[in-house]
Amino acid sequence: MNNFPDIASIRNDFPILNEIVNGKQLVYFDNAATTQKPRIVLDALSGYYEHYNANIHRGIHHLAEKATGAFEDSRRRLQKFINAELSEEVIFTYGTTDSINLVAQSYGRKFLKEGDEIIISTMEHHSNIVPWQMLCEEKGCVLRVIPINDEGELLMDEYEKMLSEKTKFVSVVHVSNSLGTINPVAEIIEKAHKVGAKVLLDGAQASSHFTIDVQALDVDFYALSLHKIYGPTGMGILYGKKELLEAMPPYRGGGEMIKEVTFEKTTYNELPYKFEAGTPNIADVVAAKYAIDYVDTLGKPNISKHENDLLLYATEAVREIPGLRIIGQAKEKVSVLSFVVDGMHHQDIAVILDNQGIAVRTGHHCTQPLMSRLGILGTTRASFAVYNTIEEIDGLIKGLHKAKKMLG
Amino acid sequence: MTINEAQDELIEDFELFDDWESKYEYIIDLGKQFPPLEEQYKTEDNIIKGCQSRVWLNAFMDGDLLKFEADSDAIIVRGLVSMLVKVLSGHTPEEIAKADLYFMEKVGLHQHLAQTRSNGLASMLKQMRTYGIAYQATN
Repeated sequence: MNNFPDIASIRNDFPILNEIVNGKQLVYFDNAATTQKPRIVLDALSGYYEHYNANIHRGIHHLAEKATGAFEDSRRRLQKFINAELSEEVIFTYGTTDSINLVAQSYGRKFLKEGDEIIISTMEHHSNIVPWQMLCEEKGCVLRVIPINDEGELLMDEYEKMLSEKTKFVSVVHVSNSLGTINPVAEIIEKAHKVGAKVLLDGAQASSHFTIDVQALDVDFYALSLHKIYGPTGMGILYGKKELLEAMPPYRGGGEMIKEVTFEKTTYNELPYKFEAGTPNIADVVAAKYAIDYVDTLGKPNISKHENDLLLYATEAVREIPGLRIIGQAKEKVSVLSFVVDGMHHQDIAVILDNQGIAVRTGHHCTQPLMSRLGILGTTRASFAVYNTIEEIDGLIKGLHKAKKMLG
Repeated sequence: MTINEAQDELIEDFELFDDWESKYEYIIDLGKQFPPLEEQYKTEDNIIKGCQSRVWLNAFMDGDLLKFEADSDAIIVRGLVSMLVKVLSGHTPEEIAKADLYFMEKVGLHQHLAQTRSNGLASMLKQMRTYGIAYQATN
């Protein structure tokens, strides 16, 4: 392992890592569910409330101007983070789920009609299945699903066969939360565009691991959540190409999103405000900028390298657990290690690990159709972030041996 | 044995354990010893789905007493289920509906009841009480 940069000093940035859980030092391996927050983000949150809490965009006073400035700074920072061309292409939402719902409800209801086909994949999170099912039910569209192989990779030939002039929308996950698979999204987008379909990528799991460039991808919509990138919960973004967002109707009404209201007719505000009805989640938006700064200061290539080293080490180390089978063995993977162990229920494994201070996630990971395809009820999932260490993985292996002994 | 006597007996059993390992080894043992629910009762009607483990609960009247049989696919949950059955099964519907369950908290296992979505245990307890109320009404 290289000594990037200095994991001990990175760990010092995350106060929660000092927590004692069930009498043991916390080992946090549930990063695909949410990452922990560095001190700089926590300070930004309290700093906002202590020094410049005010409602944004309309106030003519010092605090309102300062809060508005910080809020819009954050938008520009996120624009840069995903390399969007324009800041108004970045819409603040409650998170990835909210972003996908926005597209399904606004773009989908306006532009999709009976018989149109929407393509998703077998490895989608429920949040990228249900909004499209709701739309299909309402509009009579047809949902098609890209199958996968046993390693957990999309069958691209099958995808290609599915594409036709009927295909109007493709919504797939950039990185699988259950398996860690990195999907060939550039190819997916290119092929969808050839038949005139628009593409949304669910970037919830991708955005903390590697650089996202929406212009290079030529993706139409990109959804992500900040809490998975060391930022606050309850906020995310929807990126959309300007011409598409312009053509889409607002789907929530209220303050902020209007230009002029009379009882006869209301005209809507311009982008991005058209999609941001009501007082937004100002504090979390403001703090998000600091999370992004933190990630960029460490450098995503460095983060990826460290996480990948952890994944390789863990993948090798778990082989010593008898009866353990890794679920998701794609060639291209992020630092997610999902597995099942013969004769042991994942819930039992999690309880035994928790008693040793080790936090993992177990179950179907909100991907029930994927679990059915793989013929399992769920997995135990350890997911690694920048602050995790080889020693912690050794602790996990020890913990699994203990579980094996107690449950076997 | 009343519901509270059964609870107190469990609390006494758990006082013997001074670390988490022996406590959970005991729960795992309870799970292993608990008779499995016959397959015919593992129906869609009887299943209580948690996010992670599945619990089945079968309820029936035996004279004036409401009885429970249950199962789970996870062994620790099975052990916890066996304790709830031990405490609540074989009492009148009224007693079950009104029971004050304090033993889980006393033995330091209340977090398993708090994880409502994950293990189905809280839903099972709620279902047991609902049976109590329902059978009370029909009697």
